[in-house]
Amino acid sequence: MFEAIAFYLFAFLTALMFGITVMTNQALYALTALAAGMIFISAFFFLLGADFLGAVQIIVYTGAVMALYAFGMMFFDTTRELKEKNSSSLIVFGLSGFAALMIVIIFVSPIVSNNIVASFPSYENVGNAQEVGMVLFTKYLVPFEVAAVMLLVAMISGIVLAGKKMDRSLTQMSEEEIQEMRESDKKVVL
Amino acid sequence: MEITLTHYLVLSTFLFSIGLIGVMRRKNLLMLFFATEILLNSVNIAFAAISHYYGDLTGQMFAFFVIAIAASEVAVGLGLLIIWFKRTNNIDLDAMTSMRG
Repeated sequence: MFEAIAFYLFAFLTALMFGITVMTNQALYALTALAAGMIFISAFFFLLGADFLGAVQIIVYTGAVMALYAFGMMFFDTTRELKEKNSSSLIVFGLSGFAALMIVIIFVSPIVSNNIVASFPSYENVGNAQEVGMVLFTKYLVPFEVAAVMLLVAMISGIVLAGKKMDRSLTQMSEEEIQEMRESDKKVVL
Repeated sequence: MEITLTHYLVLSTFLFSIGLIGVMRRKNLLMLFFATEILLNSVNIAFAAISHYYGDLTGQMFAFFVIAIAASEVAVGLGLLIIWFKRTNNIDLDAMTSMRG
């Protein structure tokens, strides 16, 4: 009973938050609603007994990704109202529903065949985090290391891409110097 | 009243279609990124639910890798977006016609 109440409550809240993210015209509202939706999604992971995944969801998504978006948004003009094209919403909704149905079929078609055997069954008398560690560092060790290298590559590329012209410190320059830098920047065609 | 795997799959589908609507109606690239985050999260719910109801940890493993991929996608994508904004002063999809596509 408790599980059902929690499921429906968090399903409603998540759908509401993601609906706001998709439909609003303010970038700041979208970001805040998305962060809230991520937290509500972690509730499903806790309900499903995937405690470690829920904690990672909160830490990585709400802590890291949302903070990255928030800092990235300082570069953009976010107070401006966003104009979206609203061409034929019928096609948009129809195609979305169709694609989502395809996703269900992809997930369900192996399940209905009813001959699934768990390849890494859950261990007895062991917490979820310990289980995850046992599987991750034995069967999935190579993908784990590849993912680590991928994150390193992403970090370096993020620094290289976003960090241009960060060798000059705007806080230690005088107003005239900043003005001069802006003038010279306008002449240079990037 | 028991919550079954079907409940979670239906919820995952619903959230996925919300994200798809976002992908299709947004012109601003930053908002497009938000919609892709919704897509990745809805699939994570399906993975975790199947993992729970079949007593198999593979679903959770894949959810971890999806999270790692989402994090690196955001880092690279936001870097590219910042460069694009510095150059052209807007991040509309319709303005990106330099390749005459």
